[in-house]
Amino acid sequence: MIEVNDIHKSFGDTHILKGVSTKFEKGKTNLIIGQSGSGKTVFLKCLLGLFSPEQGKIKYDGKDYSKLSASEQRNLRQEMGMVFQGSALFDSMTVEGNVMFPLTMFTKQSKSEMQDRVDFVLKRVNLVDAHHKYPSEISGGMQKRVAIARAIVMKPKYLFCDEPNSGLDPKTAILIDNLIHEITQEYDITTVINTHDMNSVMEIGEKIIFLKNGHKEWEGSNKEIFKTDNEAVTDFVYSSELFKKVRQMYIEERN
Amino acid sequence: MKTLILKEIDELVYNSMGIIIFISFFIGGVVSIQTALNITNPLIPRNLIGFATRQSVILEFAPTFTSIIMAGKVGSYITSSIGTMRVTEQIDALEIMGVNSLNYLVFPKIIAMLLYPFVIAIAMYVGIFGGWTAGVFGGFSSSADFVEGLQLDFIPFHVTYSFIKAMVFALIIATIPSFHGYYMKGGALEVGKASTTSFVWTSVVIIIVNYVLTQLLLG
Ligand SMILES: Nc1ncnc2c1ncn2[C@@H]1O[C@H](COP(=O)(O)OP(=O)(O)O)[C@@H](O)[C@H]1O
Ligand SMILES: [Mg+2]
Repeated sequence: MIEVNDIHKSFGDTHILKGVSTKFEKGKTNLIIGQSGSGKTVFLKCLLGLFSPEQGKIKYDGKDYSKLSASEQRNLRQEMGMVFQGSALFDSMTVEGNVMFPLTMFTKQSKSEMQDRVDFVLKRVNLVDAHHKYPSEISGGMQKRVAIARAIVMKPKYLFCDEPNSGLDPKTAILIDNLIHEITQEYDITTVINTHDMNSVMEIGEKIIFLKNGHKEWEGSNKEIFKTDNEAVTDFVYSSELFKKVRQMYIEERN
Repeated sequence: MKTLILKEIDELVYNSMGIIIFISFFIGGVVSIQTALNITNPLIPRNLIGFATRQSVILEFAPTFTSIIMAGKVGSYITSSIGTMRVTEQIDALEIMGVNSLNYLVFPKIIAMLLYPFVIAIAMYVGIFGGWTAGVFGGFSSSADFVEGLQLDFIPFHVTYSFIKAMVFALIIATIPSFHGYYMKGGALEVGKASTTSFVWTSVVIIIVNYVLTQLLLG
């Protein structure tokens, strides 16, 4: 579980996060939604310890990040996996090299143990014949799968994903969403996903935080989000014509 | 770490040998021809050609001129490769995993560049050989005169001075471009800009440090 208590983050004079508090539970896919520029990535990077908030606390299963020593912080980070928006695969390494990298850096496993683990996670993300390809030689959807494999290879307690399905076609996007959702449940991970994709919200939004201008505007589940009266949320949720129509039909049916 | 260092040696040092040999050979040749053409007074001995080639190649052309070329070739490679890792969040990915990214990316480059004085030694040999070739085959000097000039008033400290410069320039070429790449912000366009700025700064620092070292060691 991750508890976030009133965090603030500014760059120079611009105040980006203006006091966000929430809780992310274990074994659940937690979604952060909001328009581009609403501070989702900055929020996620605070959770990852890449940015340090000027004010507020973040606790990981009770451990306050800012109170840990540098080496304890490094240990905690090894319990985190991250899937970046652009995948952020090391382009000088093969698919296999990318996934194996954290193992070679941080474990004393033998070559064959590492190879087994790599084969296992690559199979888990449904990638079987790309081991020796380079990131530039595979599709965006496959790159995302490799990024997920790399993020879970160390068996993390916390998994963070920044817009995991941006740049993917809707069908692949749903496959990736479901993959993350299954992995979260299977390994009982605390997962936090940034997205602005309403498909993700409907499919896997067990808990949703709506960010607007650096504030938490609303929080709830994917069942609640379609019924809320909060105007900022409905504006965002029903921004597409398709969803507007669906809502219209829903209201007509109710009356 | 060992494989990283070997990879950088291949990328930074080995892959630069071709251009360095090419440039050194022709620069040595030009120095030799220029000197020959400027000796109009018959009282000046012909062995001056070999002497002048040796002095200019060992003191300046091999260490300094080569380093400016390397600032362009190796420096822009370093800035753009690290800068690309920055803008595509690969450096963030390293940090998340708990890797000290600055150390991981820059340290192997510094170690690889410790081989740089060998590169300069090769540049010296090739430069002098280029001078000899141009002098002898261009009909400006006899081989015996040229070799006599090479041996005339040889001061071994000049070679030491040159290697000291090479070592310092190697550190400049490994570090300044790394920092320009590491601390850059923006996207692909900014990577290009960062490479250019890094080349300018690396060259400027080399030129200034060259002046200071020359004053300190020879002045
Ligand atoms: N490293 C940074 N330095 C300065 N400003 C930043 C930085 N990162 C993000 N910002 C600013 O913070 C705001 C929120 O950005 P971001 O969190 O990336 O939004 P999004 O919700 O689209 O992920 C933007 O206005 C952006 O310009
Ligand atoms: Mg973002």
